[in-house]
Amino acid sequence: MTTDRAQDWARFTPAERLRRYLVMLAATVVVVWALSSIDVIWEWVWDAPIQLADLFARMVPPDPTNLPSILEATWQTINIATIATMLAILLSLPVAYISAQNTTPNRACLWIGRFILVSSRSVNTIIWALLFVAIFGPGIIAGIIAIMFRSIGFLGKLLGEAIEEIDHAPIEALEACGASRFKTVIYGIVPQVMPAFFAVSILRWDINLRESTVLGLVGAGGIGIILQGAIDTFQWQEVSMVLITILALVISGEVISSTLRKKLL
Amino acid sequence: MLEIKNLVKRYGKGAPVLKDLNLLVQGEQLMSIIGSSGAGKSTLLRCVNRLVEPTEGSITLNGTDITKLAAKDLRRARRRIGMVFQGFNLVDRLSVMENVQSGRLGYISTWAAITRRYPAADIERAFELMERVGIAQYADKRADELSGGERQRVGVVRALMQRPEILLADEPTASLDPKTSEQIMTLLRDLARELNLPVIINIHNVTEAKEFSDRIVGMRYGRIIFDDKPAALDAAQMDEIYAGTPSEDRQEIGAVA
Repeated sequence: MTTDRAQDWARFTPAERLRRYLVMLAATVVVVWALSSIDVIWEWVWDAPIQLADLFARMVPPDPTNLPSILEATWQTINIATIATMLAILLSLPVAYISAQNTTPNRACLWIGRFILVSSRSVNTIIWALLFVAIFGPGIIAGIIAIMFRSIGFLGKLLGEAIEEIDHAPIEALEACGASRFKTVIYGIVPQVMPAFFAVSILRWDINLRESTVLGLVGAGGIGIILQGAIDTFQWQEVSMVLITILALVISGEVISSTLRKKLL
Repeated sequence: MLEIKNLVKRYGKGAPVLKDLNLLVQGEQLMSIIGSSGAGKSTLLRCVNRLVEPTEGSITLNGTDITKLAAKDLRRARRRIGMVFQGFNLVDRLSVMENVQSGRLGYISTWAAITRRYPAADIERAFELMERVGIAQYADKRADELSGGERQRVGVVRALMQRPEILLADEPTASLDPKTSEQIMTLLRDLARELNLPVIINIHNVTEAKEFSDRIVGMRYGRIIFDDKPAALDAAQMDEIYAGTPSEDRQEIGAVA
């Protein structure tokens, strides 16, 4: 038998129900407006599977005639990623130190550090690369500096957070021994952030390896230049060769970094 | 000789944690400070090496007024004051030897500290002390591989490496089981005698305090309300230290309310 309370109970009041319908309506309006404003050419969208099959047919089999220059560019890519990561690690150490709450010398340094981190992180590697290609001209220098600039923010932020999470007790003990600030850092902070330091550096190297493969698209060196050239000249079989090489590169990067992680951590 | 005169410590604008405290520690003796949590024992100990900044008063160690020292001189003065902590405060990821040698950080050059090329005399001294407390075989082990009692021995050796003129121990046995706790207390007492070193210990275990100390100081609400030989500590005074609010403070609390 149905009681009064079973009939009266409702999850939402009429006002709440109305508001929910209005929110859903508004969301639908936004989606429809967004879709209609981007000018999709629907014929091309429906056409896509055919184009995909066509492109794939042109890519097979991959063309290895240019393999030596592809491999050379790959080697360049690895070097860009590695050198940029090393430079970024060196430069991010002081930034991490001044942007961690517990080690920063004063408020001004804290804000300078945070400004460096935010500005480095808010600009994508490709955009940094465009800037540095304009400054240094096309080539690997622009690529290295671009990757480095983007990495400083990433490394500095994560290392800074690792510094903020350390145990303060040993620091207190070292201070009680009469150790200077710098010696306290070497004996108290460095050993505690070492695991995070290695983990973050290896991760960033892995990311940089992948990012440096596209740098060539804006002229900043590496394998991307060959990829761009092949696409521009419709050499689809060479494009597929480059893509396979990049895939192999990324997988080996993954293997190397996970091996390093196991060894070091 | 450590002389504390009219010491006041206030955190922020609250009521002072230490209220006009006077204390004289002479010669080599093992002195225990007892009192309930919040009595100001830890603050008192930390004022001596200025891990906590005193608000007023003076603390003089063998002629040096610690409260007046600026950065560099303070570091020099801290070398003369050893400290042992409740949580051991070792650097877990460094080896036992590195932890022990960190007691010398105030003396050795930065380069020697970075490269771990410690002076031969320091290494010799470290082995002697580690043998004395029974941890020499762990020299190259990582500090976090040791048991609690062993870790506290590392803490003691680190403090002794400073060749301190006084040793402060902030509840050195509170994280240890009863048996290990007694071993550490025995060690501290024996070392105090062997090295002619005055030792001040904050301690919660009154039985141990009575057994091992030459002198007991009882604190309540930032004041010393008992200061005598262990034998003089009777049940009534224990009550005063741990249970009742001293009459002076009762009035203060009444006035505030």
